[in-house]
Amino acid sequence: MTLKLPIYMDNHSTTPVDPRVLEAMLPYFTKTFGNAASRTHSFGWEAEAAVEAARDTIAELIGAESGKEITFTSGATESDNLAIKGVAEYYGGKGKHIITTTIEHKAVLDTCKRLEKQGFSVTYLPVGTDGIVDPAAIEAAITDQTILVSVMLANNEMGAIQPLEAIGKITRAKGVLLHSDAVQGIGKTPFSVKTMNVDLASITAHKMYGPKGVGCLYVRRSKPRVRLMAQMDGGGHERGNRSGTLNVPGIVGFAKAAELMLREGAAENARILALRERLHRGILAKTDEVILNGHPERRLPGNLNLSFAFVEGESLMMAIKDVAVSSGSACTSASLEPSYVLRSMGLEETLAHSSIRFGIGRFNTEEEIDYVAELVSSKVNKLRSISPLYEMHKDGIDLNSVQWAAH
Amino acid sequence: MAYSEKVIEHYENPRNVGTLDKDDPNVGTGLVGAPACGDVMRLQIKVGEDGVIQEAKFKTFGCGSAIASSSLATEWITGKTVDEAATIQNSQIAEELSLPPVKIHCSVLAEDAIKSAIADFKQKRAARKALEG
Repeated sequence: MTLKLPIYMDNHSTTPVDPRVLEAMLPYFTKTFGNAASRTHSFGWEAEAAVEAARDTIAELIGAESGKEITFTSGATESDNLAIKGVAEYYGGKGKHIITTTIEHKAVLDTCKRLEKQGFSVTYLPVGTDGIVDPAAIEAAITDQTILVSVMLANNEMGAIQPLEAIGKITRAKGVLLHSDAVQGIGKTPFSVKTMNVDLASITAHKMYGPKGVGCLYVRRSKPRVRLMAQMDGGGHERGNRSGTLNVPGIVGFAKAAELMLREGAAENARILALRERLHRGILAKTDEVILNGHPERRLPGNLNLSFAFVEGESLMMAIKDVAVSSGSACTSASLEPSYVLRSMGLEETLAHSSIRFGIGRFNTEEEIDYVAELVSSKVNKLRSISPLYEMHKDGIDLNSVQWAAH
Repeated sequence: MAYSEKVIEHYENPRNVGTLDKDDPNVGTGLVGAPACGDVMRLQIKVGEDGVIQEAKFKTFGCGSAIASSSLATEWITGKTVDEAATIQNSQIAEELSLPPVKIHCSVLAEDAIKSAIADFKQKRAARKALEG
C-alpha cells in the first residue's frame, strides 16, 4: 500500500463520516424524507420510526434507561447551552451557584460566563498537572446554593479522562445535578450515565464518525427527573425541550455511528491505543526533550499531546504540512494566547507554545504512524538547529535565568 | 494561517542560519523576544573596520513568519553599513513578506533584533576605542 498525503491526524476536531454511516443515511434524504412530526401519513410515520429507533441505540451506548431521555440537537455546543442555561433557568429559584472546571470546552465556559452576567455565581475549579480535576475539590466547593456541576468526560486537547464516577457519587449524595460534556469520550472510554450518576450529557455525532450538525442532550427522566427551560421556542418538538424539525438523515447517521461504536468500539480502541503508543515510541526514539501533556494512562486512546521543547508549535505544523494536527501555540489562535487548557494544568507558557496534538482515529494506519513519527522527529531536529533556545540549552544556560524582554 | 509565498520560501530555505563568536570584538549580538511569548530571535553581525556588515547570522524560535522575518533581515543588512542597517523599518519587512496583521509583531521583533545587534556592536567598539585611546 502506498502512503497517501495529506494524512489526517486531527480526529479530536472532527472525524470523517464512516461509509457505513453514509450508506444508512442516504435513503432518508430522498425516499424516507418525511417530517418525523407529521402524524397523518406514512412518510411521517416512517421518519418517526427511524428517529425512535435511533434514540434507543444512542440510549444504549450511554447506559440510559430509555430513548425518551435523548433530546436531539444540532450538536454539542447547543447541547451544552441547553443543559446549563436550561437548568439555570429552571432551578434558578433554588440556588444560583454552578461548579465547573477551567479546562472545559468554550461552549461550557462561555455559557457559564453569560450566566454570571445574569446573577449566577460560577466556581471554575483548576486541574492538577495531569489534567484531572480532584473530586474532593468539587465536594468542597458545593454549597446550599449549588444547583449544577458540569465536568467533561475527557478533555479535547490533552485527552485526560475525568473521574466522573467519583464526582457522580458526590453530586448525587448532595442532591446537585451533574452535567457532562461527553463529546470526546463517547465510545472511546467507558461511559454510563447510570453507573456514573450523570443527569445530563452532551454528545455530538461528528466526533464519532457520524455527520456534522447533529448531536443530543441526555436528560435523566427519573431519580431524579431533570427539568429544563427550553432555549428554542416553536413547535414543541423533543418533549418541549427543543423545538425544530428533526434532522432525520443526521439522526439516522448518528445512530449508525453509535451502533458501530457499540459493536466495534472495544477492538477499535485497543488498535488505536497501540497506534498511539507506536507514534509516541517512534518520536521518542529520535527526539529528546519531549514532554507528554496530560495523564500518561488516564487519557483517550487516540490522544497524544506532546511539547517539543525549544520549537514553536506553529512552525512545526508548517514543517509537517502534509500531516493535519493542531497546536496549543498562541500563533494558531486569533488571541495570540497559548492554550488555556495547557496553562491551567500549570504547564509553563513556553511549553504550551511548543505543543502539538495528534488525534489518532479509526482510519489511521500503522504506515501513517511510522511516516509521521519519522517526519516529526526530523523536522523537530531541523527546527532546533535554528533555535537559539536549543543552542543556549545545550550550552548549559538555564533559560529561566535569562532576563527576557517580554513584548 | 495562510502565508505568502515569500514567507514559505524563507521558512523552507532560511538564509544565514548560524552562530558567530559573541566574544569577537567585531561581532554584535542581539537577543530579543521571550520564550513565554512564543518568539525569540538572535541576530548577529560581523562588522569590518569600515563599518560595513560583512556577515549576518540568525537563529529564531518562533512561528513561520518570525523565522522568515529574521532570515530576510540578515539578507538585507549584509553589505550595508551599520548606520544604513539601523534605518530598516519593520514596515518594510512586513510589506516585503506580505505579513498578515496578526503577524506584524514578527517584523517588529526583527527590527528590534537588528537594532539590538548594532547597539551591542557599537558598545563593544566604543569600549575598545576607549581602551586604545
